[in-house]
Amino acid sequence: MIRIPLRPLARILDARAQGMNPDRIERENLRLRREQMRDQGRRKAEWRILFLAALFFAGYAVIGAKMGMLAASPVIEPEPYAGEGISGDRADVLDRNGRILATNLVTHSLYAELRYMIDGARAAHELARIFPDLDETRLAQRLTDPNRRFDWIRARLSPEQAQAAHDIGEPGLLLGPRDMRLYPNGTLAAHVLGGTTYGAQGVTAAEINGVAGIELAQNTRLSDPDLAAVPMALTLDLGVQAIVEEVMASGMAMLHANGGSVIVMDAQTGEVVALASAPTFDPNDRPAPPVTLDEQAESPLFNRATQGLYELGSVMKAFAVAQALDLGLVSPSTVIDIRGPLRYGRFEITDFHNLGASMSVADVFIESSNIGTARIAQMIGVERQREFLGRLGLLEAIPFDLPEGRSARPQFDPRWSELSMVTISYGHGLSMTPLHLASAYATLVNGGLRVHPTLSRRSEATVGERVISEETSQIMRSLMRGVVTQGTASLGEVAGYLPGGKTGTANKPNPHGGYYEDRTIATFAGAFPMNDPRYVFVVTMDEPEEISTSESRRTAGWTVVPVAAEIVRRIAPVLGLRPQDTAAVDAALSLR
Amino acid sequence: MRAILYVLTAFGVMGLAIWAYDQNQQTQEAMRDLRRLRAEIRSVTESLSVQRAEWAYLNRPQRLRELAEMNFARLGLMPMEGARFGQIDEIPYPALIAAEVSP
Repeated sequence: MIRIPLRPLARILDARAQGMNPDRIERENLRLRREQMRDQGRRKAEWRILFLAALFFAGYAVIGAKMGMLAASPVIEPEPYAGEGISGDRADVLDRNGRILATNLVTHSLYAELRYMIDGARAAHELARIFPDLDETRLAQRLTDPNRRFDWIRARLSPEQAQAAHDIGEPGLLLGPRDMRLYPNGTLAAHVLGGTTYGAQGVTAAEINGVAGIELAQNTRLSDPDLAAVPMALTLDLGVQAIVEEVMASGMAMLHANGGSVIVMDAQTGEVVALASAPTFDPNDRPAPPVTLDEQAESPLFNRATQGLYELGSVMKAFAVAQALDLGLVSPSTVIDIRGPLRYGRFEITDFHNLGASMSVADVFIESSNIGTARIAQMIGVERQREFLGRLGLLEAIPFDLPEGRSARPQFDPRWSELSMVTISYGHGLSMTPLHLASAYATLVNGGLRVHPTLSRRSEATVGERVISEETSQIMRSLMRGVVTQGTASLGEVAGYLPGGKTGTANKPNPHGGYYEDRTIATFAGAFPMNDPRYVFVVTMDEPEEISTSESRRTAGWTVVPVAAEIVRRIAPVLGLRPQDTAAVDAALSLR
Repeated sequence: MRAILYVLTAFGVMGLAIWAYDQNQQTQEAMRDLRRLRAEIRSVTESLSVQRAEWAYLNRPQRLRELAEMNFARLGLMPMEGARFGQIDEIPYPALIAAEVSP
């Protein structure tokens, strides 16, 4: 640093020459020097303050970051038994109104630590008194074996048994907590819930793994420890499900049916409100899985609503009629020639009974004429039919929330010949699950929008792509209502709730070729109330037979239709639908 | 003067040591409390879930249906029907309220 002299000689001489006081120069320079020093000091102090501020900032930042991390990290559920890395925690499953469908219950497991064991023989004797099925001598052998250290006695105890085991007073007998999956409603919604089994097992907990149904599909979500306290809500309505299963069971008993299924679904959103398959099982005590393929279709574990592929018969006529109307090929009053039989090579198409020589399209649908529908299909053509059924989602497996049925791909002849086209139009040659049918019917009646069935609550309604026009959907609603008021489903009328739909009675295919004459699958698919469909239903029954009168009847109109009507009559009020003035709505619905 | 400073510093250090020990004890106490509370939360949560499961089990539709049938003579409970829906003007409001409202 260059030090400026206080009294530079040159300036002093100059000043003296001009007669000024040279001391002023000195003072001036002194002032400048002090100012310089002061500035330096200030800079230093400022830097120190900055340094200190940075230090404090860093300190608070660390504290803040730690607090933030604590706040953001998931809450660790207090676990006094942590250490084994096995957790039996599992989230509850609720219905749409928050009623419990599946929950966890803590029970006890009983095990022996032999190093604490005092009198193994006595413990074995006492245990055999509590659990009569235990073999006392073998247990005594195990409990007194000096080479053993640990032995499982029971995986699950009731509270009374746990107390009794505790009262033995043997320090070597220990109780561990054990979560148990409980389905408090028993067999209700068994096929949706599926079931669970124990996975890895430790002294203090055992893993619970889903083996079927929603328990398997959502296993990761349900067993996530962070989400164990957050229950998962399904779209099912427990009350509706209970009614559906009750009516179905009594209907099946009355009609001597082998099995059946019911789906009730929201026509707009595709939310499944009830889904039942009979025969059913208790998910608390799942039966052993079937081994052979034959057993599989008969097993109560088999979900007929989402797994079973069936040729559903005349219910398929709705699609041919809807497409022809949508393409403008016909109007409801167009007259169709229904003289039969219709021949395709050696194949012959006839009607269930003779319906005359000609009929309007509306009557073809309402009276369910095979020949009439075949004629309509001929107008549509192979390409357009296939494309339309594809757009309805009837040629693909449904990506449903249940693992059973994700592989249920509709079956059809891949060549899709003229003959396939005709038979498919009235319901043979294309087999699908009742769930496929329900979603396609929802599209037909809800104004023509595609519906994707789901079991998980959706936060917002997703609007599907348009398949048929609003006008066509309107006509289909009138036609389906007509089936109930004047057609094959006359036993399906429910005062005030205006159900409508289409019946289907399909002969079951014989595994050895051809079709059985006396074994049928009866289906009634429809919606209610028909002026503004809120819910779609599909009821199917396997080999029903109505024998209350002298003749035995197997057609859907005499079997599933009354069952479906009873279901609608019981569930509609529970779903909060108000009865309407039937005559007035029917007048508005009827086709001019 | 300097001696006083030393003595004061020594007392200061001792005071801080006592304070630190106290803090340590308080922390440990708080941790024990936390563990106890967590265990309590766990057991309360467990009994809550047992109660909920019990409630759901007692309210299972099948049991309610059986109870309704068993007590039909006394309660006369029937399945819900469409005819049960009423109109708002069917509710008999007490005349008193109407009198109060009208001036």
